[in-house]
This record gives sequence, structure tokens and C-alpha cells, in this order.
Amino acid sequence: MEFRISDEQEMVVRMVRDFGQKEVLPIIREWDRRQEMAPQILPRMAELGILGICVPERYGGQGFDYLTLGLVCEELEAVDSTLRVVMSVHMGLNSLALLQWGTEAQRQAFLIPQARGEKIAGFGLTEPGVGSDVAAMASTARRQGEDYLLNGEKMWISLATKAHHILWFARTDLGSAGDPHDGISAFLLETDRPGVTRGDIHGKLGVRAGSTGWVHCQDVRLPAANRLGEEGEGFRIAMSCLDNGRYTVAAGATGLIRASLDASLRYANERRAFGRSISGFQLIQQKLAVMVQSYEAARLLYLRAGWMKNAGLRNTRETSLAKWYATDASFAAASEAIQIHGAYGYSDEYDVERYLRNSRGAMIYEGTSEIHQLMQAGYALGTRKDAQLRCELPAYDPTYWRAPGSAPAGRRTT
Amino acid sequence: MARPRLGAGGQEDDLNIVVCVKQTPDTAATVTVENGKVTWGDAPLVLNPWDEFAVEQSLRIKEAHGGKVTVISLGLEGAREALKQALAMGCDEAILLQDPSFAAADTLVASAALAAALRKLDPLDLALFGRTSVDSDTGVTAAQVARRLGWPSLTLVAAVVAVDPQGRTIEVERMLEEGRQQVRAQLPAVVSVVKEIGEPRYPSFMGIRKASKAEIPTWSAADMGLQAPSPAVTWPALIAPPRVNTHCEMISADSPGEAAAQLVQRLMEEKVL
Repeated sequence: MEFRISDEQEMVVRMVRDFGQKEVLPIIREWDRRQEMAPQILPRMAELGILGICVPERYGGQGFDYLTLGLVCEELEAVDSTLRVVMSVHMGLNSLALLQWGTEAQRQAFLIPQARGEKIAGFGLTEPGVGSDVAAMASTARRQGEDYLLNGEKMWISLATKAHHILWFARTDLGSAGDPHDGISAFLLETDRPGVTRGDIHGKLGVRAGSTGWVHCQDVRLPAANRLGEEGEGFRIAMSCLDNGRYTVAAGATGLIRASLDASLRYANERRAFGRSISGFQLIQQKLAVMVQSYEAARLLYLRAGWMKNAGLRNTRETSLAKWYATDASFAAASEAIQIHGAYGYSDEYDVERYLRNSRGAMIYEGTSEIHQLMQAGYALGTRKDAQLRCELPAYDPTYWRAPGSAPAGRRTT
Repeated sequence: MARPRLGAGGQEDDLNIVVCVKQTPDTAATVTVENGKVTWGDAPLVLNPWDEFAVEQSLRIKEAHGGKVTVISLGLEGAREALKQALAMGCDEAILLQDPSFAAADTLVASAALAAALRKLDPLDLALFGRTSVDSDTGVTAAQVARRLGWPSLTLVAAVVAVDPQGRTIEVERMLEEGRQQVRAQLPAVVSVVKEIGEPRYPSFMGIRKASKAEIPTWSAADMGLQAPSPAVTWPALIAPPRVNTHCEMISADSPGEAAAQLVQRLMEEKVL
């Protein structure tokens, strides 16, 4: 078993850490207060190649593996969750779906500009009235000749106002009485099409320096060539996207635990009480020890999921476990970090209150903690099994990923 | 007078640039002495931060004029990491200078080794250095190398104003206490840079991929035709600076005047006044 990351991955980690610490850390408090995304963030992430980190070079990416994606997410969220959220939607939920399910033409048209960072990508699944109960979605796509007509509203969409492309889910089983899970289809929606309107949501508890919003489609005409996968395959596509999105969330939350731990160690060594450093008190030490435990466990869980992705193994169970554990633990770590900081931790003079606010959302999006518990119990009880997909996420093959070429990447199982 | 020459890329304007770097402990590391040896604990070793500016400047010159940047370092096996960092930033080739006789190198040994490597790499146009290294902090290696090669030494360079490969000249701004000094010199020249050159770039992902695969050759003293040099300066003993214990004493009095009088009294007792 290889527990060491490669020199190459180590250099990527250092580079992304430098970017975060030099360019984002000094300004993040101000943009968090303004509840806006700093305008230079997406262009810089694009320019540095972060937005295409694990996409094969032939599709405009940097050719690194899925483990590197996780390591990058850990580094990004150690600075601010909003940076990792970009990777979750742009890469995890959208670009990797194109790699997994897209036709060659769709990869050429959508994946290449996304991997190069020329186009930003989002994911439209959640609706104002539908969260965990995906199959109950109300958005519709009505077939009209060679087109679909899209109607409906998506809510809590990361990068809603920034994305050029959104992977949009809608019902295509209009009037059918069949299983609603089989009535959903996925579409590659360009947000500059007539009938698309969108806006940001303000007043969120956390990820305030990010963009979260709503997207509305009113009679938006979309060519049938923009449908990802087959008609009725949307639910399975959405769930496969979550296997990748949740992976980035798990890795990011691991970075947030590390940030809470680092901030706590610094402060515990600085702050004195009762004539000594507070790091000498056992109740402080216990909090630090639990953070160390959470960090190490969360990291091992997401690295295993990444290793499985590299190997082309189905990892729904392992990714769900990593995401559930890391997000719950990141909230607990941030809360204890505030406790260690005392009153100072309660103000935004220190970063830990932002960590707490940012950690909370991840216990809701991409499967609530409760959904993950149901999944884990289902696997343990044997009542939940993963059905094979028509297209699985391709295993990482460095030769293929790093060669310019044109052969399709998808690993079709049927 | 301009002499016709061909650079690495076969174009007349192409420049052959070498950047000399060192691997040093991270500036955040706590350096101390244990059992007579310098130690920085398990803090990471990095590309000397000043040398990052030299790498940046060499890459900018290459981008402007074409050519090749070779990065060289005198050091142990670990120095390969610093070289890889420079390759990942965009340098074309790397060479590690390693020899048992370099083990306790002072700047005379280091400059002899670096000058020998530069002679071996000749024809060259420029050799760039950071102004100093954050560990030994002597700041003289660049000037010593220039002296050994008989090249102009342009130190404390804050900006490269112009490089003329045809006219064989370079014009730079030096950062002096009195202000900036504009200097023109013949190529080849040694240039050591300060941080005003501009922020060093991050390594690119493609650069990281290239660097991680790069084969870095090792040159020994013999490979460079160098007689094993011996240092002029040795470190016979190393001692950690004595620990300074401070304690805080609060002066309380009924009036500011009384407090001031007490303060003066204490300062006189401590022989500060």
C-alpha cells in the first residue's frame, strides 16, 4: 500500500497553496463581508490551469489524476471554501460528467473550453421545492422536433451567475405514470440562450465570498444534441456526478479541518491564561487531539476514494462515507477552534468563525448528512447495491491522460 | 563589437542563460544548533527565495529574446528539489554540481565550482543569481563568480532595462541606498537580482509534469576540470545564540509623575540609564 503522494503531486500541492496564501488569503475577509466573489478568482484559477487539473490533455486539461484533484481541493478549502466550491461544480459535477457520459462532439464543444477555463461550468439539480427528493423535480424538457423546450427553476446553484454552461436536469416523462426516477434527462445548457434568467442569493450563513444563486428557464430552446446521455438517464447521471462532487467536498472539508487545527495550534501557543500558555491545558489539548484525529481520518477516507477512482472502481459508498465524515468533522473542528480562540474566535478578526460558517453548508449540499447515514446503513444492511452504469468514470491512465490525441475517453460498459 | 554567434535555439538572437540557485531551509524554519551542528528540525527545504527572483528574471529574458535557461545548483542530493522547482517554473535544463570537496564549501569554493560549471557551459550570455541566500547570507557569491570569469558584475539589480543580443550589451537598474543607478555592460555578464525585479511566477502544471520526469545530470569537480578546492573559511565551532529570558514588570503608582519617577529609578538600577 502506497501512502506517500508523488513528488509531482507534492509540487502541485505547494503551487496551489502558494496561490491561495498569496492571492486569496489577504483579501478573503473583505470579500466575505461584501458577500461577493472577488472578480479575479475565476480568471486566475483558469490561468493557472486549476480548472482543468484532472482532465486529459487532449481535452484541454492538465492530465493529472483524481487523487491530485482531491489534494488540490484540500489546499483550496484550507484557504476558503468558496475556492473549493468552484472545483466541486466546475470539475466534479460538470466536467467529469462530460468525461464520463459525453459524446466526443460534446467533449469537444463543452469539455475543452471548460478544462481550459475559458468557460465556467455549473450544475442545476436542486429546485426551490426539491432537495434530497431528486425524483420529484418539477423542471420540464418537452421534445419539439429536433429541440427540447426547457422550463423550470433551479435554486442554490453554485456559480449561478458566473457559469457559461450548466448541467441541467429536467423531466422528460411528461404525462407518464412510470417510475419518476426514469423520467429525468440531463442537458448541457448554455446560459446565454434566450429565456435563461439568473441571480445571486445573499444573506447566506457561509460561503459568502462565493456565488450561489438561482437559474430560471422560460421556454428555452435547446437542440437535442445538447442532451447528455440518453433520455430518462438523468437520475443515474446526476447520482454519478455526485460521486465526483462529493469527493471534492470531502477533500475540501478535510482542508477545512486542517485550517481549524493550524489556527488553533497557533493561537493556543500564543495565548496565555492563569500564568501559562493555554496549550498546556489538557482540555485544550483534547480539542487539538480530536482535530488531528479528524484530519487524518478524513484525509485517509478521501484518498481511498480517489485511489478507487484512479483504479476505475465504483466508489459511491466510499465517497459518501468520506463526504459525510469530513463535513461533520469540519463543522465540529471549526466550532472547537472558536472555543479555543475564545471571544476572539467569535469575531472575524480571526478566520475561525468563517470556517464555522463555511463548513455548515456542506452538511446539507451534495447529500445531507442524513442521506449519507441512510446510504451507509443501506450498504451495511445489504439493502443498497450500486447498479452498473452504462458509462463508468474512466480509470486514470497516465499514458492516455497525458498524450495529445483524439480517441474517446469514456469507458462504456455496454 | 558584435560577434556573430548562434544561441541554443539556432537563432542569432537566442540567449544562453544560466541561473545559479541554492536549496535553503524555509524562511519560516527555526534554525538552531544541536550537538555542534546547524539544524532546522523537520522544516522543509525550498528554493532560496532570492533565487526565485533570479529564475523569474531569467525566464522573462528568455521570453523576450528566445533562448535557453539552464539552472545549476551546488549541493547535496536534496538540491535536486530546488532544481525541479526551477524547472517547473519554466527553466529548460538543470545540472547538479556535487563533489565530496564541495561538502564544507565557503563562498570561494562555491564560486570556483560555479565558475567552472559556467566555463563548461560556455558560450553563455548571462548568469543570474539571487542577491544572497537566506541561510548563509553572505551575498558575495555572484561577485566572486564574475571575478573568476572576468565578466562584468551587476549586483543588486532591480530591473533589467534592455538586453541587446546583437550589440552584446545589457542595461540594468541597480538598487542602491542612494537611489537607482542605471548601468550598461557587455555580455556575457553576471547579474544578481533583488526582489524589486517582480513577483516570481508559480510553477505551471505542465512544468511540474516536466520537472518530475527530468533527468538531472551530476557534475563532479573532475567533470568540470576543477582541482578539489579547499575553503578559506571553516566553521570550527557552532554555538546557538544564548536564550534571552525576558520578564515583564508592571509599575503602578498613584500619579503619572510618581510612576515616571519609579520607572527612572528602575532603569537606573538596571543600568539602562
